[in-house]
Amino acid sequence: MCSYITEKTEIFGSAKGAGGWSNVTAAHVYFDHPFHASLDHALSIDFMSGDTTRKVAVEMSAESARALVASILAALETGEKEHA
Amino acid sequence: MTYRGMIAEIVTITGNKGEKVEAYYARPSGPGPFPGVVLIHHMPGWDDWTMEAVRKLAHQGFACISHHLYHRLGPGTPDDLAAKARAAGGVSDDEVVGDVKGAMAFLRAQPGSNGKVGMIGFCSGGRHTFLASCRLEGVDAAVNCWGGNVVVDDPTQLTALRPVAPIDLTDGLKAPLLGLFGNEDKNPSPAQVDTLEAKLKACGKQYEFHRYDGAGHAFFAAERPAYRVEQANDGWQKVYAFYRKHLA
Repeated sequence: MCSYITEKTEIFGSAKGAGGWSNVTAAHVYFDHPFHASLDHALSIDFMSGDTTRKVAVEMSAESARALVASILAALETGEKEHA
Repeated sequence: MTYRGMIAEIVTITGNKGEKVEAYYARPSGPGPFPGVVLIHHMPGWDDWTMEAVRKLAHQGFACISHHLYHRLGPGTPDDLAAKARAAGGVSDDEVVGDVKGAMAFLRAQPGSNGKVGMIGFCSGGRHTFLASCRLEGVDAAVNCWGGNVVVDDPTQLTALRPVAPIDLTDGLKAPLLGLFGNEDKNPSPAQVDTLEAKLKACGKQYEFHRYDGAGHAFFAAERPAYRVEQANDGWQKVYAFYRKHLA
């Protein structure tokens, strides 16, 4: 691979990394060579504060990413019903 | 002959537009003379594997340097700077070529240099190697390891940072070229390797391509599932032989 294809989305929230909690304003999402995970290609998410400061980074397999998407949607569905 | 003793350190080179760029430099112990090699790191950044590859070439008798392509985006760890580079759409081809020129000048200025300088790059660095070898004078041997996007099938992939498909610069290539590719790779695909080979032939260039069955992209990466031990061992031997022939 080795593309520069990156999906960027604005988000409102917080993340905790090595420096503690901070606001995050965007997520950069891409499927390419990871830096650390033992995978040829990984779904990577960089949680950003501003355009250039990466607060938290995760790399996971495509299967894990799809499972995570399903979990997020399921949690939203049940949680929003509970708190409606 | 191999060299068990070596000196490895961080140095500063004068890169594009006179800017200072940090680089990892390893060379065998002793007075030399030693041929030089500029190693261009892959897209994930100036990482530990890059340093290992530099030392591997030093062990084989080459003074090898790898500059940090994302240095200007710092300060930060190599992986954070690689993420910044990605978010910015990569680094510009002009900047890459300017930095490579500076790294070549650094090698030739060292007291142990034999005056010859080769280049090698992996992944996006393979593309950079082809690009810089077409645009710069003084490259004595170039090694493109599975460089993607040398052939650009979709013109919308060309950007302000990378405005030209490197294959369109083939006329400018003066150095002999070694290419290593995995037949299971998708970028470059075997068809794209065919296209590049046809262009090199048409332009009358000196080249040597080796295509490996059972290997995909980045099959030298010993810490990744992509690693293919037999193909990688053979590939490294091809690199050493190519440099010993052209950089002696």
